[in-house]
Amino acid sequence: MLSTLYAVLFYFATILLVVGTGLKIRKYARTPAPLKIPTTPAPTTRSGVWLRMFREVVFFESLFKANKWIWLFGYLFHFGLLLVLLRHFRYFTQPVWFWVEIIQPFGVYASFAMVIGLAGLWARRFLVERIRYISAPSDHLMLVLLLAIGLSGMGMKFVAKTDIVAVKIFFQGLMRFQINDLPTDPLLLIHLGLVASLMIIFPISKLLHAPGLFFSPSRNQVDNPREQRHLAPWAAKLEKGGR
Amino acid sequence: MAPLDDAKPTTVTDVRGPDGHPLDIPRLACGAMADLQSFPAHVKHNERLGYPGELIDDWKEVAIAKIGELADKNRAFQVYLDACVKCGACTDKCHYFLGTGDPKNMPVARQDLLRSVYRRYYTFAGKHFPWLVGARDLTREVLDDWYNYYHQCSQCRRCSVFCPYGIDTAEISMAAREILDTVGKGQKYCNEIIGKVLDTGNNLGLQEKALRATLESLEEDIEEDTGVSVRIPLDEKGADILLIAPSADFFAEPHIEGLIGYAKVFHQAGVSWTVSSYASEAANFGLFIGSYENMREVSLRIRKAAQDLGVKRIVFGECGHAWRVGYSFLNTLAGPFDFLDQNFPIPQHILEFTHGMLERGELNIDKSRNDHIRLTFHDSCNVARGSRMGDMPGGQFEIPRAVLRAVCNNYFDMDRDTIMESTVCCGGGGGLLTDELLDLRTKGASPRMKAMQQVTEDHGVTHLAAICAICKTQFAKVMPKFGYDMDSILSVHQLVSNAIILDGQETNNTSAAED
Ligand code: SF4
Ligand code: SF4
Ligand code: SF4
Repeated sequence: MLSTLYAVLFYFATILLVVGTGLKIRKYARTPAPLKIPTTPAPTTRSGVWLRMFREVVFFESLFKANKWIWLFGYLFHFGLLLVLLRHFRYFTQPVWFWVEIIQPFGVYASFAMVIGLAGLWARRFLVERIRYISAPSDHLMLVLLLAIGLSGMGMKFVAKTDIVAVKIFFQGLMRFQINDLPTDPLLLIHLGLVASLMIIFPISKLLHAPGLFFSPSRNQVDNPREQRHLAPWAAKLEKGGR
Repeated sequence: MAPLDDAKPTTVTDVRGPDGHPLDIPRLACGAMADLQSFPAHVKHNERLGYPGELIDDWKEVAIAKIGELADKNRAFQVYLDACVKCGACTDKCHYFLGTGDPKNMPVARQDLLRSVYRRYYTFAGKHFPWLVGARDLTREVLDDWYNYYHQCSQCRRCSVFCPYGIDTAEISMAAREILDTVGKGQKYCNEIIGKVLDTGNNLGLQEKALRATLESLEEDIEEDTGVSVRIPLDEKGADILLIAPSADFFAEPHIEGLIGYAKVFHQAGVSWTVSSYASEAANFGLFIGSYENMREVSLRIRKAAQDLGVKRIVFGECGHAWRVGYSFLNTLAGPFDFLDQNFPIPQHILEFTHGMLERGELNIDKSRNDHIRLTFHDSCNVARGSRMGDMPGGQFEIPRAVLRAVCNNYFDMDRDTIMESTVCCGGGGGLLTDELLDLRTKGASPRMKAMQQVTEDHGVTHLAAICAICKTQFAKVMPKFGYDMDSILSVHQLVSNAIILDGQETNNTSAAED
C-alpha cells in the first residue's frame, strides 16, 4: 500500500519536474532577447562566453565578488548537494558506476557541508536586516525543506540505518515499472516525501534559477554588436512595417 | 550588532565629510524616500510618444496584460522575474540604497515591486498561495510605488555585475516605466525630452539657426585662444565623419570644452567632419523608458542624417547612455550600416579616435599645460557596464585612462571597488537629472563623492573627469555640496584640448586654457 503510494508519488513528481522544467526552458529559449545587453566587460567570442558561464557555474564568480559570506555558504551548500546527489546514483545503477564508487566516501562528508551551508544561509535570513527584509515565507520554507532533506538523509546514514538494499530494489523496480516493497522506517519515508515535494515545486519556484542562469542575456551574450547585427524576430517585423 | 551582519550604523542624512568608506552599508530606513515624486508628464508629452495622456480607467487590466506581453517579447525580463533566489548579494550594491538607506532602493527589493505582481497573476504559486511567495494584487498604492521607486533607479547596472544570475535591475526598471507609460503614467522629464528630440533633433529643443550661431561663436573662441582657425562644421554634405554629440556639448559647461577638444583633434587629424542639425543629439532617452519603438525612432534620425549628408563614418561624442545605445543597440535599431566605410568601427567613440591618434604620435601634446590639475576619472556606468571601446573587453576602462595619462601628469584612480566595472553612478543618470529629484541625486552621489574625497586626502586630487553629459551636469550640480567647486568636473576632451598644441598655435602664452 505504502509502496504503491510512494511509487505513484515519484512517478508524478518526476513527470512534473521534467515536463514543468522543460516547458519553462522552452519558454526561455523561445523568448527573444531584442537587444544586446551583456554586462560588460564581456567576452567577444562564443567560446569566451562558455568560459564566463563555466566560471559562474563552477566558482560562482559574481557572487564571490559580491559577498564572501553568501558565497561561502552558497558554495558549501551547492557543492555539498552536488556530491550528495552524485553519490545517490548508487541507488539507481547496477553495477554501480565506478566514479560513483570513487566519490562515495566524499559524498558522506559533503552532506555536512551541505547542511552547514544551508544553516548559514538561513541564519542570514534572520540576522542580516537587509536579507530579512527581502525574505518571503517561501524563502524560509525552501531552506527548511532542503535542510530537512539533508538531515533526514544523514539520520539514515549515521543514526537509524535503513534497509538500503531494499530501497535500491524499490527504485530499480520503479525504473522498470514494477513496484517492489519499500521499507517503512519513518526517516526514510520523510526523506523521500520531502524529495518528491522538492521535485514537484522545482518548476514553479525560484529553484528555476538553475536553468535561468543559462538564459540570462547579461551573462550569455557575446559582446559583438558592432560587428554583427542582432535582430529579434518581432523587431524585424516592426521594420517591415516601414522605416 | 548581529553576527554575520555587514551593515554599519552610518548616518544617512550626513552626506558631507570623508568619514567612512564610500561603500559603507547603512541601516535600513524604511520609507525614507517614499514621498519623493518625480513630476508626472503632461498629457501632450505622453500623447506625443503614443501613450495615453493620463491614467486610463482600466489601468489595472492593461498593466497586467503588459507584464505578460513584455515577458513574451523580452527574455531578460522573463528570466529575471523567475530566477531571483533572494540571496541578498545585490542588496548593498545600489548607490541609492547606500545613500538613502531606503530598503526599496535595494536592487532586489526594487525588482520585487514588480515581481510580486507578476507572481500574483502569472505564476501558480502566486495565484493560489500569494502570502507564501510574497505575491500582491496590483493596487493603486502598488502602482504609485512603481512610479516612485522605478524613478529612483538610474539604470546603471551595478547590481547586475554582482548578481549570481546577472539579474539586471535596469531591465526591470525600464520595463516598469514602459508599463507606466502604457497606462498613462509617464514621467515629465523623460517624455518631454523624447518629444523634443522627435520634433527638433535634440533634447534641448535647439533650432538649426541657434545651433549654427553657437558653433560659429565657438569657432571664434578657439581662434582667439589659439590663433588657429579650427572649424566646427554644421550640415556639411560630403564630409567624411558625422559627429553625434550630446546636445549639452553645445551649451553646458564643462561639456563645451569637450566639444572644443573634439574639434581640435579632428582639425589635427585633417579629416573632414560635420555636426548634423537633424540628428544633433547623441543621448537617447527612449532607453530610459524602456521603449524599443521610441529608441528606434530616435536612432533612425542618426541613420537618416548619415545618409543625407553622405558621410563615411559616424563618431560619437562623450555621453554615457548615448554610447550604450550607440555601441550596443544602434546596429540593431537602425542598421545595417552597409553604406558606411567598413574599415572603421560603426559607430566609433571619439576616445577611440583620439586614442588612435595619440598612439600613432599624431598629436602634439604638452602635458604640463594640465599641471595645475590633479585628476581622477569617473567611469560612467553605461560605458563601463553596457558597452566597450577598442578591440578588447575592458577597453572602455583602458582607453580613457590612457588618453588622460597621455595629456595629464597627475592622474590617480579612486578606490578599486568604485571604478571600472564596479563604478558607482554619479546619481543623476537614467532620467533622474531633474530638479525635483535633487535630494535623491545628492544622496545617490555620496558613494562616488566619498571615493573622490579619499583620493583628495591621499593624493591631493582636485578635479574629476567624466565622459558622460549627464554625469557632467550632475557633478557640476552636486559637487559643491561635497566641498568641491562646481568647475571641478571636467570633460575628458577638455583635458585633451588643454594639452594639445595645434599646428601654428602660439605657445608663448603658457597659462592653460582651462579657465
Ligand atoms: S541599476 Fe543601478 S540604480 Fe538601478 S537598482 Fe541597480 S544599482 Fe541601483
Ligand atoms: S543578487 Fe540576484 S538573485 Fe540575489 S537577491 Fe539580488 S537579484 Fe536576487
Ligand atoms: S549619468 Fe553617468 S554615472 Fe550616472 S548612470 Fe549615466 S553613465 Fe552612469
